[in-house]
Amino acid sequence: MPEPARSRSNRPILAINAVATGYGKRQILNDVSLAVEPGEIVALIGHNGAGKSTLLKTVFGLLPVWRGQLILDGKLLQSPNPRELLRAGVAYAPQGNRVFTDLTVHENLVVGGVARPDGGRLEASIKRALDWFPGLGTRLRQRAGTLSGGEKQMLALANALISSPRLLLLDEPSLGLAPPVVSSVMGHIQQISRDSGVAVLIVEQKVHEVLKIAHHVFVLRNGQVSFGGRPQALDDAKLRETYF
Amino acid sequence: MEILRCENLRKTFNGSQALTGLSLELPTSGITAIIGPNGAGKTTLLNILTGFIQPDDGRCFFGCREITRLPPHRIVRLGVGRTFQDLRLTLQVSVLENVLVACPNQRGERLLPALLRVGVAADDVRNQAEAIRLLRFVGLEQKGEELAGELSYGQQKLLTLVCCLATGAQILLLDEPVAGIHPEMAARLLDLLRELRDTGKLVVFVEHDIASVRQVADSVIVMDQGNVIAQGPPSEILDRPEIIEAYLA
Repeated sequence: MPEPARSRSNRPILAINAVATGYGKRQILNDVSLAVEPGEIVALIGHNGAGKSTLLKTVFGLLPVWRGQLILDGKLLQSPNPRELLRAGVAYAPQGNRVFTDLTVHENLVVGGVARPDGGRLEASIKRALDWFPGLGTRLRQRAGTLSGGEKQMLALANALISSPRLLLLDEPSLGLAPPVVSSVMGHIQQISRDSGVAVLIVEQKVHEVLKIAHHVFVLRNGQVSFGGRPQALDDAKLRETYF
Repeated sequence: MEILRCENLRKTFNGSQALTGLSLELPTSGITAIIGPNGAGKTTLLNILTGFIQPDDGRCFFGCREITRLPPHRIVRLGVGRTFQDLRLTLQVSVLENVLVACPNQRGERLLPALLRVGVAADDVRNQAEAIRLLRFVGLEQKGEELAGELSYGQQKLLTLVCCLATGAQILLLDEPVAGIHPEMAARLLDLLRELRDTGKLVVFVEHDIASVRQVADSVIVMDQGNVIAQGPPSEILDRPEIIEAYLA
């Protein structure tokens, strides 16, 4: 179900101001600005190579900021690193269902909970994650490397959620998932955001699926924002113009 | 072309049954899609057919030859190539070098020719020309000198297809070739699959994107709970109520 329109406040949980970055000497992002409000789902869409995953990696401190500012909860991140961000309540689920293949499903979930501020409730969080992804419940003792691609993706998502983040960075959570599971995962993301107030910055190629749950959408094109606004403003014609 | 088939394959991971006595005979040409829910055993089937894992029971054949226990490199040499969901490129070397290492029968891989350099230079020239031809086929010819890790995800997917083709495989087993790529690039990749079919290769692809399956597949295999539950033309299979109920709803 589409979310109702929300008015934006002046205090985003994440503000990206005129950020530029890249790999080695190769610039990928140029002057990218966007903001994510608490409890809001922001979709980031665009061509392969437009810089979507690069932006998530930069926010999570995996790439340096060449120019511009990253501001988390009103605080300027000088040289962000993943450990610091994890402690500040930011979780990142990278593209490509990255899990610890030699650990069991349950061990992966325990590792995912290491950054929880309330470690005592870890088992309760694991149980809740298994409610979201019941297919994992029957495979708790199975080595993660022997899961199917879709199951690994579910485990990677569960791992990101189990740390009870305030800001969740998701890179293509639908990758490798069967069609009914895609809708279900998008529904879960919407529900988790609504229930727990977690803000979500989500990169997704399944545009129509993600626009159903997003409050705001940004289109990246050649490393720059070519559209930013509500999904309702991105009708088919505008989508073709900015995305295709 | 030889027929790739398997009989009564069983595979269990820590008590979870991935394949439950699966028997299958792939067509000799065209494009075949394998669909099914997550955990249906699709990738496990590909892994067993290409020697990456061994079944607990059952056998695989390529023509009359049993290939059940052959290692992956021997199966590739028979003409059965594959790609992976997680791509498995060497990201720290160039695009061209990724393709070159996939080229078969390089004399420089053997000790004596490598030391004496007999025929190695000729192989290098031939392989380089073939690699560039294949990169041109998918539109990556301008990217040859870039590091594979600097390509976009969609371009990396095209590169895995090129690496598979560089092995000289006549049967291509592709694991989710259009997942995670932009619709325009996905359309281009589907065109490439049609072109490969038209050159006589058998293309088998695991895919969740049913629109892509409808567009290019000549036949569809539906898997669920470790076995084949339906097989036939897309027009016949994809509109069956039980398939829609189990998988597409």
